Amino acid sequence: MSILINKDTKVICQGFTGKQGTFHSEQTLAYGTQLVGGVTPERGGDVHLGLPVFNTVEDAVNTTGATASVIYVPPFYAADAILEAVDAGIQLIVCITEGIPILQMLRVKAAMAGTGALLIGPNCPGVITPGECKIGIMPGKIHLPGSIGIVSRSGTLTYESVHQTTQQGLGQSTCVGIGGDPIHGMNFVDVLSRFQADEQTKGIVMVGEIGGSEEEDAADYIKAHVTKPVVAYIAGQTAPAGKRMGHAGAIVTGGKGTAKGKIAALKSAGIEVCVSPTDIGAAMKACF
Amino acid sequence: MNIHEYQAKQLFNAYGIASPKGMFATTPQEAVNVAKELGGEGWVVKAQVHAGGRGKVGGVKVAKDLTQVAEYSEEMLGKRLVTIQTDHLGLPINSVLVEGLYPIQREFYLSILLDRSTERIIFIASIAGGMDIEAIAHDSPEQIMTLPVHPAAGMQGYQCRKVAYSLGLKGGQVKALTKIMQGMYDLFIDKDATQIEINPLIETDSGELLALDAKINFDDNAVALHSDILAMKDPSQEDDKENYAQQYGLNYITLEGNIGCMVNGAGLAMATMDLVKLKGGAPANFLDVGGGTNVEKVCEAFKLILSDTSVKAVLVNIFGGIVQCDVIASGILAAIEQIHVTIPVVVRLEGTNVEEGRALLTNTGLNIYPADDLAHAAEQVVALAEAV
Repeated sequence: MSILINKDTKVICQGFTGKQGTFHSEQTLAYGTQLVGGVTPERGGDVHLGLPVFNTVEDAVNTTGATASVIYVPPFYAADAILEAVDAGIQLIVCITEGIPILQMLRVKAAMAGTGALLIGPNCPGVITPGECKIGIMPGKIHLPGSIGIVSRSGTLTYESVHQTTQQGLGQSTCVGIGGDPIHGMNFVDVLSRFQADEQTKGIVMVGEIGGSEEEDAADYIKAHVTKPVVAYIAGQTAPAGKRMGHAGAIVTGGKGTAKGKIAALKSAGIEVCVSPTDIGAAMKACF
Repeated sequence: MNIHEYQAKQLFNAYGIASPKGMFATTPQEAVNVAKELGGEGWVVKAQVHAGGRGKVGGVKVAKDLTQVAEYSEEMLGKRLVTIQTDHLGLPINSVLVEGLYPIQREFYLSILLDRSTERIIFIASIAGGMDIEAIAHDSPEQIMTLPVHPAAGMQGYQCRKVAYSLGLKGGQVKALTKIMQGMYDLFIDKDATQIEINPLIETDSGELLALDAKINFDDNAVALHSDILAMKDPSQEDDKENYAQQYGLNYITLEGNIGCMVNGAGLAMATMDLVKLKGGAPANFLDVGGGTNVEKVCEAFKLILSDTSVKAVLVNIFGGIVQCDVIASGILAAIEQIHVTIPVVVRLEGTNVEEGRALLTNTGLNIYPADDLAHAAEQVVALAEAV
């Protein structure tokens, strides 16, 4: 088993006929994901990449039975797209879009409370269960079906972790990029609890970065609930305070959210924290 | 995005948040004219820079007569102000704010901001105004009051009354504070702010409540929706290289070392800086070239890195996912030739078509060092920077 998605997951794409939507849908289809259609308003009835296009997510769900959606619409339209997917009963919403205003995400999260729908992202690479289902922009080729669950706030550091665990022959059960924005969907704890419950997952790589307090929350959770080996890495040890390091959420303010504080919290929970990002794969391998 | 205090107070005015009467000036003569128009017995001259801590370094002065207004404005304008919140070069003072002087009875702290851990807009209030709020939070947390606002309901009157009574306000002051908090909330929502801080909020001898200082930060992701806010942007208060980078969709931040870094992805860029430091070097910058790297972007990125004359060597670290490594390698080669990069460039590529990519970078006759893994690449660039 994997978490969140598998070979039977039916996926639709919102922003399907746009440049990003088209390019990444082609890659997704080539990987073997069950992409069953897409949504672009006013294009309903068209066929794109051999798949049906719908005007609304509701139409797409009713016709295809999709339970997951991936969103590539521009930032000022993304909140609307997420809530349309929630309203149509989509269970797993993966929002790739970067640059959504934070107050819009605040309202989206408040509106999602109690609906049961899960959101991954925004500003993330997506989620993949190697060999079965890829939803997002990650390069499929570097993955290997296997036993390590990977959860990360950063896209390219997810790829590094994937690459290293592939080279070590461990492979991955599921990899989740939770995104670099300050307000986002699933957090570390939401993903860690699923990895703990998943039989296929034997070890967990957690990649955090400066800003916020989710790594500290994850440390508490791991100490209390996770029995599988966890290897962590925190980026931004040399980042100056008060500067936004690319990701909207990667900023140290008022002495809070430092790499030092996060590393200390993880270590005090008994978690192995790699000093160098190049040691992640080897450290995970050493746990078995 | 940040704005100046005088701009923040213009917004306060539009939202019914009372602040001292005043006006900005760009010459000493203008400053004197403002003071004359305001009248009264004394004035405050405040340097307008995008940084706090001005008072301690001569950026805020009380003038007792018009001669002093001219004198203090003259001292400040055209100079750079170095505070605990700036780097050692400081920020240019291109304008001053001249305000009337008000007798202070008490000083409070009041702010509204976005709290990411609770995913709520919160108000923070304290009876200990005029001081560093982080220090108060650390030393006497009981003096700080926090009120979350529900996104569906919005701010409620009882919340304002609660703050007012906890600050010991009475009678008409309760309504006055409610008006200030309502204005702050509306401004926050209308203009996509991430923080509005009034420190201090003063009670004058006559019991009036006034925002003596004003600081507003806006969400970078949302400023494109607000042309009035965008028009308040002052590039002179930001790093030239950071402004230049923005035009090309690059994320660049100046640091103080001598090893230039060019990386795709914010997380990997931070990790690369950390690794350079771990290997004994010092990164000269943070630079995320983003996804979809092309020749133009790599050229601009090199220009940026090399415009910093302290850079002795460059580390390029690209994880080629969707974009193939051989395509990236060609881009790097073209960029190095086009802008005649002569200092050593260590290139670490990983991902799809990595062998073809590395082959392209080998035996080029240029000062390029292809590296087969990231740890070695970092060691190599540190050694090369030291050897120069």
